[in-house]
Formats: sequence, C-alpha cells, structure tokens
Amino acid sequence: MTTSYSRRTFLKTSAAAGAGLTLAFHLTGCGRKGEQAAAMGEPFAPNAFVRIGTDGSVTVIAKHLEMGQGSYTGLATILAEELDADWSKVRVEGAPADASKYNNLQWGPQQGTGGSSAMANSFDQLRQAGATARALLIAAAAQQWKVEAATLSTEPGAVVDPASGKRASYGSLVELAATLPVPAEVPLKDPARFRLIGGKVARVDAPAKVTGKAQFTQDVQLPGMLVAVVARPPRFGATVKSFDATKAKAVAGVKDVVQIPTGVAVLAETTWAATQGRAALTVEWDTSKAMTEGTPELLARYREAAGKPGAVAKETGDVTAGLRKGTVVEAEFTFPYLAHAAMEPMNCVVQLSADKCEIWNGEQMQTGDQMAVAAATGLKPEQVVLNMLYAGGSFGRRANPHSDYVLEAVSIAKAINGRAPVKMVWTREDDTRAGYFRPMYVHRIKGSVAGGQAVAWHHRIVGQSIMKGTGWEPFMVKDGIDQTSVEGVANTPYAIPAFRAESTIMDVPVPVLWWRSVGHTHTAFAMEAFIDELATAAKRDPVEFRRELLANAPRHLAVLNLAAEKAGWGSPLPAGRARGIAVHESFSSVVAEVAEVSLEGGKPKVHKVTCAVDCGIAINPDVIAMQMESGIAYGLSAALYGEITLKEGAVVQGNFDTYRCLRMADMPAVEVHIVPSTSAPTGVGEPGLPPVAPAVANALFQLTGKRIRTLPMA
Amino acid sequence: MAIAFSINGKSTSVDVAPETPLLWVIRDTLGLTGTKFGCGMAQCGACTVHVDGEAVRSCSFPVSAAADKKVTTIEGLSADGSHPLQQAWVEAQAPQCGYCQSGQIMQAAALLAKTPTPSEAEIEGAMAGNLCRCGTYNRIKAAIQLAAQKGA
Ligand code: FES
Ligand code: FES
Repeated sequence: MTTSYSRRTFLKTSAAAGAGLTLAFHLTGCGRKGEQAAAMGEPFAPNAFVRIGTDGSVTVIAKHLEMGQGSYTGLATILAEELDADWSKVRVEGAPADASKYNNLQWGPQQGTGGSSAMANSFDQLRQAGATARALLIAAAAQQWKVEAATLSTEPGAVVDPASGKRASYGSLVELAATLPVPAEVPLKDPARFRLIGGKVARVDAPAKVTGKAQFTQDVQLPGMLVAVVARPPRFGATVKSFDATKAKAVAGVKDVVQIPTGVAVLAETTWAATQGRAALTVEWDTSKAMTEGTPELLARYREAAGKPGAVAKETGDVTAGLRKGTVVEAEFTFPYLAHAAMEPMNCVVQLSADKCEIWNGEQMQTGDQMAVAAATGLKPEQVVLNMLYAGGSFGRRANPHSDYVLEAVSIAKAINGRAPVKMVWTREDDTRAGYFRPMYVHRIKGSVAGGQAVAWHHRIVGQSIMKGTGWEPFMVKDGIDQTSVEGVANTPYAIPAFRAESTIMDVPVPVLWWRSVGHTHTAFAMEAFIDELATAAKRDPVEFRRELLANAPRHLAVLNLAAEKAGWGSPLPAGRARGIAVHESFSSVVAEVAEVSLEGGKPKVHKVTCAVDCGIAINPDVIAMQMESGIAYGLSAALYGEITLKEGAVVQGNFDTYRCLRMADMPAVEVHIVPSTSAPTGVGEPGLPPVAPAVANALFQLTGKRIRTLPMA
Repeated sequence: MAIAFSINGKSTSVDVAPETPLLWVIRDTLGLTGTKFGCGMAQCGACTVHVDGEAVRSCSFPVSAAADKKVTTIEGLSADGSHPLQQAWVEAQAPQCGYCQSGQIMQAAALLAKTPTPSEAEIEGAMAGNLCRCGTYNRIKAAIQLAAQKGA
C-alpha cells in the first residue's frame, strides 16, 4: 500500500512508546483512537490520501497547510463526499514532504500551499481518491456476499445491498478491500447528489482550537531542546563585525551564543532566558554595505521612475490618441511596505544529526524548503524530514522561496553541531522588522472619458519584484515584467478601447514576498479607485459605468450586480453614511464588495461590507464566508493602518503598538453571498481581500468629495 | 527562590527568577502550551489567563505577582472543551488559524463572569485588547452572545 514507510514506523514507535513525546506533536483532530486501531490491524490505504481503520475511522491526508483558511476541512470534505464516509469518523492528518505524491498540481512538481489553490488543485484528485476507496470497499462487499458490485450501494460509512438488505460497515471490509486490485478508473458522483459538498460541515480543527490543544510550531517541546533567538542587524545589508557574549552567557539558562549568517544566536533553556540573553549581548555591526535610504528617499526614486516609460505589459488601441480626447484624469497611488504580522511569529524547530535533519514547522512550501535545507546541510532531500504543524496564520509569510527563517533555524542547529534540538523563535519585533514584506509600490494612471464612456487608460506600476532572484523567476518574470506586479491590471476585464500597462522593477535591498493576494493587494486598489474616478469624470453612477465596461465579463457582472442589489445600491442611507463598490478577480475567483462608511472624529468607520463571490462550486459555504470575512478584515487592517516605513535602511515599526492592526470594534458587519455555480472550485483564501480597500476609499469619496490615493488611510 | 501558586486547580511551585513573565513559566516551565505568545508587551491578548478570576496578560505579568494565587489557563477552563464559551465558539465556527483563540476565550470568560449579559459595546470594550489577525471578530462576538444567552 502506498502509505509512507515513515508513517508506519511512526505508528509502531508511538504505539510502543505509549503516550510518549512523539504523540505530543501529533495534530489534534487525528487522535489516538485511529492510531490504536491502526496498530491493531493494518489500515486500508488505497492511495496516498486516505487510510481507513478496522474501526471505520477515516484519516484524510492533507497535502496543504492549515493556516486558518480551512484547508483541512475542505480537503476532507471532498474526499469524504466521494467515499461516502461517515463524517463523524473523519480525521485529518498533515502530509509528509513528498512531492512525488503530494505536489500542488498547479505548481508542477512542487509541494506547497499558496495562491488560493488548495481546493482548485485537489478537487479532482481527492474526488478520485475517495471514489477509488469506495469502489474497493464495494468490491470487497460484493466478494463477501457473492453478488455483482454494480448491484451494491453505499450509505455513510457502510456498503449496502438494496436487494438483500445486507449492510457492512467500512471498517469490517477494509482487510479484504486491502487485498483487491485498485481500479484504474472509477465513476464520480453526480454533483446533484453531493451531501457534504455545499452543505454545512463544521471545521475539523475547531475543537482543538478552543481547548488549546492544537499544536503549533511554538508549542513543540523535545527532550534537551534549546530555545534560540537571534540578534539581527538593525539595517538591511549590515553584517556582524564582532560580538561580546560575556554578559549574555552570564544570564541564567543561557547555554550558548553562536554566530550565524544572519546574525548572532543566543541559545537557552527557556524562551525567557534566550530573550534576556539577547538583551545582554553586545554586537558591533558592519554597516559599510548597509542600506541608507528611508521611505521618503525611496518614494522620490519611485516617483521619478513612474515619470518614465516602463516595460509594456499590455497594450490595446491607441492610448496616446485616446488621452487627447474628452476629459483627462490623472492620479498617483502609493502603497507602503506591509508586514504579514501573523499572530504566531515566525519560528521553526530543527533536530539535526549526521544523516537526518528533522523539522517541525507550519510548513507551507515543502519542496522548496526541503531542497534548501538539503543544500545547506549537505544531506539528501529525502533526509530532510518536514513535519507540518498548524500555522498560527501565515498570509504567505511561511511560504518563502528563500526559505529564510527555516534556513536560519537550520544554521543555528549547524552552528552547535546538532548537539541539541533547536527551537528558533522570533519575537514580535523580530517578525515585524525582519522583512519579506509586501513591496512598496507607486502607480501612476492617466485616463480619459468622453460622452460618458471610458476612452483610454495609461497605467504605470513601479516597485520591487517578488519573483526576481527566486526559483520562480524563469516562469514569473518575462521581458522585465514580474507577472505578480501587474496581475489585476494587465488582465483587466474592463473593455477600455485604448489601454496600456507598463511596469518598472526597482532595485532595493529590502526583502519582499507575496502577502495575501500578492499583486492584487495594490493593483485592485489602483484599478477600482481609478475606474471610480473615471465614472465621476463621466458623470455616471459607479455601478452602471462598470457594468457597461464588463459587458463581456459575465462572472464580474454577476457578482457586481449581486453585491449592488444585496447592499441596496442607490437606496437612501442615514445622513453621514455613504457606499462605495469595487469588483476584482484574483486566483480565478471574482468578488464584488460594497462598503458602507461614515466618518467618526474625522476617521473612516466601516459599518458594513456586502460581499458577492463566485468561486465555482462552493465546497463549504460557511468556510467561504469565513474566508471572505477574514480577507476583508486583513485587507481593511492594511487599508486603514498597515504601514512599514524605513529610516536609513532600518524598519521604524516594531510591535503592535506601532504596527497597528484591526481590532474588534473596527470590524464591519459582513454579509456574504455566493453565486451558485457548477464550475470547478476556485480559491477563497485571498480573493475576498482585494476589493475591500477600494470599496472603502470610493465610499469615502462619496462622503467627502476627496479621493484617497495613499494607503494607509487612517 | 520558589514561587508557589495554583495552576488549574493544582498547587505548584516553580524555582525561577521572580520577574520571569508568567507566560513563560506556564509554557516553558509547566509545559502548558495552550496559552500563546503574540507580542510580549500586552498588545495582543494571545497570552491571556486568569489570576484569581481576573483576565491578565501573562506576558507582562511577573510570576512573583501570581504567588499564592489561582492561575487558570485554557487547559483549566474545562476538562474537555465543555465550557459554554468553548461550545459557543465551535457553534459559531469562530476559530481560523486558532492561535489567538485561547486568549480570546479566556478574556471572554472573565467578561461573562462579571457581566453575564454584556451589550455589544461592552463586548467590544472587553475584547479590545485581543487581536485576531484572521479577522474572526464577528464570530467571536456572536459566540459570546450565544454563550450569554444560554447563561454561561
Ligand atoms: S503576548 Fe501577551 S498580550 Fe500579546
Ligand atoms: S484565528 Fe488566527 S489570529 Fe485569530
């Protein structure tokens, strides 16, 4: 059977060790019941995605990280649907790193989670996996009862024979089923008969997350483990010149102080001792190559670049001629660097030995991390074992093509020759300052309208490339254009007769990365705020103006109309309130949002967001609603408050007192409407985010007559 | 110097520097990892526990201040997740990544102990110090209201 060897070994070891330490890392939600059953009888594992125990327990192997987006629940739902599983017996377990089985089908041979792709790339795969398991269980029953398989059926957790009334639970069939040949092709369920997909299925991870039992990287305890914190250079580009560890080593509990490529690591028996040790450490930094620019200098440089032509990402019609007609509008939008600021700061646990490097992590990019760690340790990729734990948020941060924090933890383990397992933890300040930010951008747009219609649009985007210098560059950077910088602009659905998009990549030594919804974080704002400006210049209603330009984009049109209708677009509001709208496609889903706002003490207050989403077949409508709420909250947090600024190459912000985030009283009411669809599912983790900031800005314009062109707003 | 206090109903004594934040004693010394670290400076609420029934930010609360007191963490709120707030949290499907939720629940439990039927403004006031980067605020609010209705 295809269950991995290491998993089997693990089962035996943990059974032998009783409730030993190994169990502590086991994700809750795939409790010990299943393990005991597995230890008693060989579990039935018809493919890499499911194991069924003799007790009828169904363990779904999730190849995607659960970082809050509901992937474990969604993946299990798809498989359980086709398996016709009894949902109360379904457990989920994180997959090991093995790209030959668990690659992301949208990423080729790479295993990892991102781009809101978990459901989209797993839908067919897990339907097949579930249906195959079901076919084998039916075949086993058919053999036992000496009837034709075609005459049998299933009900949740059991094979039934309608003719004889016989019934056999899945658990009673697994031993026989495991001996039967796996069918090459199995029929899938008619979607009209789905009972879990599209229904109300509770999150599998919720019970563990309300009892404190869910295991995050931060919670890993290994015998003899040391906790490490790292003193990093205050400015990007600085390096360690020298350090004096005398005082640090005098702190009770501090065990070692070592230099690593990114700084100086203090290792201690406890987290508190490690941070105290770091505070006592003296490091002299070599700043000769450190970054000197700050945000104002960068902005000046970006603005200058925006005044010059860039690489052309998209060109239709004659923009120069179009901009000579009618009313011309010009706008410059600026977007700051943003930190991901997941609630769980970055961390990673490493146990290094001569022939193995085992890692515990909210692992989002298995293949990339495995290769990077193999290269750093001189081990073979298969000697790098990755345990995927729950992540306390990520928003893209834990998937880093540079494997930054994973390599940093490995470098500490190396520096002490694997003498002890190392849990590297970042403090909040470390997490805010270390970078891998959403890049800063400047957009400059010039557009024209005549006779109530859009005529031309000239758009320049200036900022750092996320993909340059990574393994993704060959696919994502073409002709000097990073596709992630122009997504959402170059492929605009608006039928503007003349349209040109240009991009200029800036060279800045600030580490940057995708951040929930990647390029759409800024492109959606520029597009949707400026289309609103053109509607105003054309003296048209913003919804009507968009509708005409979206005549050939039925999905956009549908969500636009649905959101407008549900929000009561055009109906009167209490004095001091206004609505704004935005619609944007990202990760193959289309979302429209209407924001209802007012000003409180001169500051924007968002009361309600009405959201309409087309994400194909709705696997779990409540999880979709959660992800829309979450995307709106995260996007609004950045729109109102989010800003990382630099002073002479150093990050100004540190903790949540300076990097302000949305709190409960700031959270608008959110109403989510899902467009019914029979198309394959598309993403939901990110697409709820892009429309919220422009919808709020457009609403504020209705209220104040002033356009917001710089984020954050508050 | 040994500092004695009760943790989830059991008495314990730890030999650590008195200024050590209670959070690290709970997590690293006592091995109870349900209480989380998010900021270390009373900005996020992830580390919220009860000391003699009061919600405190354990990251900024020296263990010496807990001497001879009753400390309750998420593990001690109920033995099996059956506290009305935990049930309401599941019913409202509040958790996403889950990292903030122990702190949120402990904060809410302290609120309901004092104010059994809080108004929306009272909920927002009491929960203002608890960040959730996943944006589960509306469901947290709904869960608190649900538990309040059931007379938690
Ligand atoms: S960790 Fe204590 S309030 Fe954030
Ligand atoms: S659930 Fe993720 S931070 Fe609150």
